[in-house]
Amino acid sequence: MASLRDIKNRITSTKKTSQITKAMEMVSASKLSRAEDNAKSFNPYMNKIQEVVASIATGAKDASHPMLSTRPVKKTAYLVITSDRGLAGAYNSNVIRSAMNAINSRHSSKDEYVILAVGRVGRDFFAKKGMNIIDSIIGLPDQPSFADIKEITGKAVGMYADEAFDELYMYYNHFVSAISQEVTEKKVLPLTDVAAETGSMTSYEFEPSPEAILEVLLPQYAESLIYGALLDGKASEHAARMTAMKSATDNAKELIDSLSLSYNRARQAAITQEITEIVGGAAALED
Amino acid sequence: MKTVNVNIVTPDGPVYESAVEMVSTKAQSGELGILAGHIPMVAPLEIGAVRLKKEGRTDLVAVTGGFLEVRPEQVTILAQAAEPATEIDIDRAKEAKQRAESLLQAKQDNVDFKRAELALRRAMNRIDVYENRM
Repeated sequence: MASLRDIKNRITSTKKTSQITKAMEMVSASKLSRAEDNAKSFNPYMNKIQEVVASIATGAKDASHPMLSTRPVKKTAYLVITSDRGLAGAYNSNVIRSAMNAINSRHSSKDEYVILAVGRVGRDFFAKKGMNIIDSIIGLPDQPSFADIKEITGKAVGMYADEAFDELYMYYNHFVSAISQEVTEKKVLPLTDVAAETGSMTSYEFEPSPEAILEVLLPQYAESLIYGALLDGKASEHAARMTAMKSATDNAKELIDSLSLSYNRARQAAITQEITEIVGGAAALED
Repeated sequence: MKTVNVNIVTPDGPVYESAVEMVSTKAQSGELGILAGHIPMVAPLEIGAVRLKKEGRTDLVAVTGGFLEVRPEQVTILAQAAEPATEIDIDRAKEAKQRAESLLQAKQDNVDFKRAELALRRAMNRIDVYENRM
């Protein structure tokens, strides 16, 4: 059995760890509520741009744009959104596993796909596997603004336009609730389902022409899809970290309880033993 | 005078919302002025100022990378970035202007001229809007 002092040390160190995890839990909780606000303020923009894109795509059927048409796929790009830091439970491993499964089942050679990595964990993982990472972005702030991610979205959309790859998939954790996040695969480019979800349709005058507007609008639309996924991913990250830290704190508490129990037992055993020794000694003197 | 609702939204949230008498701005095809009751229209915008006239004064908003959606009773401007004149960080805009100018003057091969030029136009637009604010 461990000595009294050993147990005492373990209790103190576990307590310290639980203080840290508790603090991290609270930090993540406040970051989560900010991230949810961000996602909320992004919604009006997204809805509006979707509405306009849909009404142009349906209203001006003859207007075509490379981003709207499917072309033979020679190279596929995967945009994988992970976090920079760990301690977020299964957040990163889920998303990476799902991306890896898709890649392994769809491609036989490394020349057929490229990776765009967001987040240090994802970048390091794919780099270690020797995969072809064409771009990565790390050190994103917890509340990213559109300007922060403009570079990677612009690059992704630009490379599609230059035919560096022929389709673009996104992998990220979709925020369902604070305790549940779902890995989501989304096809960003080509934009195939723009006209799907619309209600009332307005027929617009196009100034100067539908093509010229699609030229400006579609890259913006694709970029905002990616930005939306990033915001979603950030909210999920904070939620996942919060849950992970909460269970770590709970586990620490449990451990402290059971350690305290064995500490008290050991202390009692030592006392009992001392009494037995004294009594034994006294009895020996009496004889 | 009849008014039209104007919304300016960016990915970071709504920037401006008000009922105004006239919206005027520069689209890629030329200057545009919009009053209430305009037919539905979509037009991409230049980097520039959006002037919103109401009750005898004019609000200015600097807009980057946006387009305009018009309906008879509602005008929506979607932009990648937009700031009302009163919220422009003038020091930052001046710094950005200098940075872009020195990049353009350096004449090095590795400089992305198009990007530097766009940055310069954005910065100058912000400075203009700031200086013309009411």
